[in-house]
Amino acid sequence: MDNAYLIETIIKVVVILLVFSALAGIGTYFERKVLAFMQRRLGPMNVGPFGLLQVGADGIKLFTKEDIIPTNVVGPIFKIAPVITAATAFMAAAAIPFLPSFELFGYEVHPIVADINIGILYVLGVMAVGLFGPLLGGMASANKFSLLSAARAAAVFISYEVVTGLSILAPIMMVGSLSLIDFNNYQIENGWIVFSQPVAFVLFWIAAFAETGRTPFHLIANDHEIIDGFGTEYSGMRWGLFFIGEYANMFFISFVIPIIFLGGFGDGSVLGALALLGKMAFFFFFFLWTRAAWPDVRPDQLMWLCWKVLMPVAVINVVITGLVMMF
Amino acid sequence: MEQFNNRNVADDGYFLVDIEDYPTTGWGKFKRVVNRTFKLELFVGLWVVLREMIKFDIHTISYPQEKMPIGPRYRAIHEMKRLWESDAERCIGCGLCEKICISDCIRMDTRIDEESRKEVSEYTINLGRCIFCGYCAEVCPELAITHGGEYENASDQREHFVDYEAMLTPIDVMKQNAQKEFEGFGAITPHEDERVKKTPLAY
Repeated sequence: MDNAYLIETIIKVVVILLVFSALAGIGTYFERKVLAFMQRRLGPMNVGPFGLLQVGADGIKLFTKEDIIPTNVVGPIFKIAPVITAATAFMAAAAIPFLPSFELFGYEVHPIVADINIGILYVLGVMAVGLFGPLLGGMASANKFSLLSAARAAAVFISYEVVTGLSILAPIMMVGSLSLIDFNNYQIENGWIVFSQPVAFVLFWIAAFAETGRTPFHLIANDHEIIDGFGTEYSGMRWGLFFIGEYANMFFISFVIPIIFLGGFGDGSVLGALALLGKMAFFFFFFLWTRAAWPDVRPDQLMWLCWKVLMPVAVINVVITGLVMMF
Repeated sequence: MEQFNNRNVADDGYFLVDIEDYPTTGWGKFKRVVNRTFKLELFVGLWVVLREMIKFDIHTISYPQEKMPIGPRYRAIHEMKRLWESDAERCIGCGLCEKICISDCIRMDTRIDEESRKEVSEYTINLGRCIFCGYCAEVCPELAITHGGEYENASDQREHFVDYEAMLTPIDVMKQNAQKEFEGFGAITPHEDERVKKTPLAY
């Protein structure tokens, strides 16, 4: 491993960390504004012009708040749980190509930390590990609502992960590779996968809502039923880490969906790169949009949906794809 | 303010929604699922919120800077009025408000002054107990104690609002003829002049 590669990788890691930590903060601003406008409210208005500096105010508040470790919690697990959520969210970003490769000062930059040949498997796997955050945090909190949330996390996790895996299987069969770069290149030649795999696209999109824990599947930290679920006992920056993890996850999954199904960054031109960012912005906006429009489902409804509807549909989809490819 | 006066809210487009019974059989449930899936009901909800976002018809105001107009009959912190003719206090110390107050929060004390007239020497309202029912303003024969529109009653001391001097219309406001009459229950209605009659004994 030569030094140039090492330095390049470290720089890329730092850039991704900084950019997406900042984006997670700005994401909360957008969420509050979009939700407010959809509900005929104004949203944050007081800190800075149009409330733009609200992110900074929230950051200061989170960083300076007392870090409370309640008496009866399981200390080490309670402390490590938020870190799992945030860390795995950013680890998942390692295999995502955020932009096409470009020349910078005569040096070719690949905006992907590691183009590993199991890319999509790695991304989904590490994102799935992120669910240990709510699970462990909820179980260690010594709080009934947190415990309920942890139980829900386990149930939801098992349910949607099956759908995610099976729905993505059909596109993987077509592309014949797990690398997200290969997905992108396949779609340059053969058109967007969403046209040949619309069912897989919808299934994966639905599963993405469960993956990120957003409305209508916002039942792990369901504020109006179980307070804040696993976050009930957390305060200050530990709670903030959960939050950063959730929003970073939303951004990363918003990158993954267009790369797999909607042509990614295309042929690598500037237009293609902008198109990818545009698609990402749409999917992120859709997360906020549904939160304003749709009600939450119950845990049993989510499990019913995943096991009795989505999983059979995904299996049928895989079988049909296989038959079509065989003949 | 007109929109608050319309009591017949049912006239503008309210209707009863026809809700079907929940299916009990398996086939009925299955049909409902299929129906819901392919009728794309979810997108109706999405369109509604997006439409509101595009219309950008914001219904909130930034409160401390802007305030909504409140009705003239609103019952907030009490005010004591002065007579238009002489600028003297209207309160004659009859004690009716003290008697009728159902939460027992008005306390007044009177004495006979130098001109041997009854004068209010002490008048306090315990705002911690006051339920702003408006009986005091209703019962007052002189329209002296009324309710004002000041609803921002956060302070170090509640007594800041119910000091008699603070409740009384300031004399310089009175000099400018700027005293506002209370229009709520117990006050004179706009057509009082036409309806006034002689005392029953005269006819």
